[in-house]
Amino acid sequence: MTPSPAPHPPPEVLLYLDGVNVSFDGFKALNDLSLVVEEGELRTIIGPNGAGKTTMMDVVTGKTRPDSGAVFFRGSADLTRLDEAQIANLGIGRKFQRPTVFENLTVFENLELALADSRGTWRTLFARMALEQRERIQATLTRIGLAPHSRKPAGALSHGQKQWLEIGMLLIHDRQLLLLDEPVAGMTDRETEATAELILGLARDRTIVVVEHDMAFVRSLGAKVTVLHEGAVLAEGSVEHVQNHPRVIEVYLGR
Amino acid sequence: MIVGRTTGERNPWSTRFWFSFTAAMLVLVVLVPVLNRYVAPDSAFAVPDYLVPLLGKYLCYAMLALSLDLVWGYAGILSLGHGAFFALGGYCMGMYLMRQIGTRGVYGNPLLPDFMVFLDWKELPWFWWGFDHFAYAMLMVMLVPGLLAFVFGWLAFRSRVTGVYLSIITQAMTYALMLAFFRNDMGFGGNNGLTDFKDIAGFELQQPATRLGLYVASAIGLGIAFLLCRFITVSKLGRVLLALRDAESRVRFLGYSATNAKLFVFTVSAVLAGIAGALYVPQIGIINPSEFSPENSIELAIWVSVGGRGTLSGAMLGAGLVNLAKTWLTSAAPEIWLFFLGGLFVLTTLLFPRGIVGILGQLRLIRSRRTMPGAPPLAVDEPEAAKERA
Ligand SMILES: Nc1ncnc2c1ncn2[C@@H]1O[C@H](COP(=O)(O)OP(=O)(O)OP(=O)(O)O)[C@@H](O)[C@H]1O
Ligand SMILES: [Mg+2]
Repeated sequence: MTPSPAPHPPPEVLLYLDGVNVSFDGFKALNDLSLVVEEGELRTIIGPNGAGKTTMMDVVTGKTRPDSGAVFFRGSADLTRLDEAQIANLGIGRKFQRPTVFENLTVFENLELALADSRGTWRTLFARMALEQRERIQATLTRIGLAPHSRKPAGALSHGQKQWLEIGMLLIHDRQLLLLDEPVAGMTDRETEATAELILGLARDRTIVVVEHDMAFVRSLGAKVTVLHEGAVLAEGSVEHVQNHPRVIEVYLGR
Repeated sequence: MIVGRTTGERNPWSTRFWFSFTAAMLVLVVLVPVLNRYVAPDSAFAVPDYLVPLLGKYLCYAMLALSLDLVWGYAGILSLGHGAFFALGGYCMGMYLMRQIGTRGVYGNPLLPDFMVFLDWKELPWFWWGFDHFAYAMLMVMLVPGLLAFVFGWLAFRSRVTGVYLSIITQAMTYALMLAFFRNDMGFGGNNGLTDFKDIAGFELQQPATRLGLYVASAIGLGIAFLLCRFITVSKLGRVLLALRDAESRVRFLGYSATNAKLFVFTVSAVLAGIAGALYVPQIGIINPSEFSPENSIELAIWVSVGGRGTLSGAMLGAGLVNLAKTWLTSAAPEIWLFFLGGLFVLTTLLFPRGIVGILGQLRLIRSRRTMPGAPPLAVDEPEAAKERA
């Protein structure tokens, strides 16, 4: 419609998966998957069970090494050559599909370990918490609604609270890219709404990729949607676009 | 070593802690020696001479238990080969003590220990060089187990060997060392090991005063080892280790190097075990390859689990109590000792996974709950299974 030359610089690519293949005993979990996520974007990824959504996150975070293909972050080094800790320290955080918090540590201590601070073994041995860090933990506790449970062992939290703690562990550390695997699974409607708000708030100053099955939640995020199917992208676009896409209806939404 | 509050929780270095620590040390380092030296032997309070090395032995075991607890109770690494580090430290001390014998051996050779003369060796093998110097030998006591643990741990942790597999290869390690040390041509006295020691740093080992000195050295060593372990476990690194035990891959995704953290505690732990072994040998008077036997390492794991792993005091308590029972049972009813040990292990694993200290903690909690309604909830049991998708 507007023929004028682009006033904005081209958006920066933050994450780029290039022809990634992963197979488990001959089963192709990711099939030549290519995906581009731009800086500052909020992206939702949907797809049937076994589509490869979690596997995609495993590849990005270094948990699974692909058989072939490459993953670029900020156009820098190929992530497939780094290990989990190195990738995390580049600024990529992850929330797992099953909430995993450190059950024997208190809620406070879980957040302490997530603080942006030196990760070196020697440094952690002599680390002392600064007042400013303590305040940051308190602020995060308030934000995720767990302030009253600060001294409880994380194992004693409810499922939803664990999800929130895990999100809290991501947001206490200013990471550039967050990968959230089914953040509202097992949450009540109220909790789901609150989580959507939290994510929208977070998305203002970082890039987020959310995997979710809950279509109401996906709609409430109102972001660009990628549909994965059998390890590859089936469709991509706005929520309306994918909801009206015949193949998507056939393999996923229609059922 | 004053360390401020780190977690918003109780201060681990409170006055109360230092008070209990000092009290315990006074009992071990002052009271026992006084009861031994200055109380008439026929008094009911006297600590007779024969008991001193026995107590010293328990202290060495307690130190060994601390070292295992550091890796098992905190980092979740069940090493079933920790006896090997203890034995290596013991052998290093044994080599020093052998060189101290000098011409007082049966063959009177000033350079070669008796067993080498017997094997018709003409010169001292290179790895025995320097062991006539006390400082060098003490350095080796720490260096040899530490280096072995470092190399072994580096290989194992880097390739992410965990759980049962790690336990099995640590067993294999100590078993392999046992077979090696049994061989005469290894140069460590074969199945007889090293014995007939005469003196240590110029003091005659047979003298009660020397034995008391060794006992006191063990008590002080244990105290220092305890403080070191406490320093590690209450630090942020300690919480990283606990987190590793809960969900290792999650720790990696947070950006911590699980490999380095484990390697660090494993090496520190092996050095402690080595020192414990070095304190043990002069009090026992012998070191032989059976110290490497896999059963020893398993027994050690039982001490720790009976006392309560993941609590430093539990590990020490377990070592003391189980060995007390062993000393008593192996003379009173030797045939049931092994059944007792096995039964104890099954019982604690099934009924009291947090050991004696855990039971005491629960009792205290129940009592405090009765008095104050807002008490914290009962501790959750450790989830042993990996939390993440495998
Ligand atoms: N470690 C593994 N070993 C063997 N097969 C695996 C492994 N991880 C994933 N798979 C298989 O790969 C396929 C893709 O799994 P993935 O977990 O990525 O799916 P998903 O899209 O996240 O599904 P869901 O919506 O159920 O979470 C599945 O068929 C799964 O069984
Ligand atoms: Mg999944």
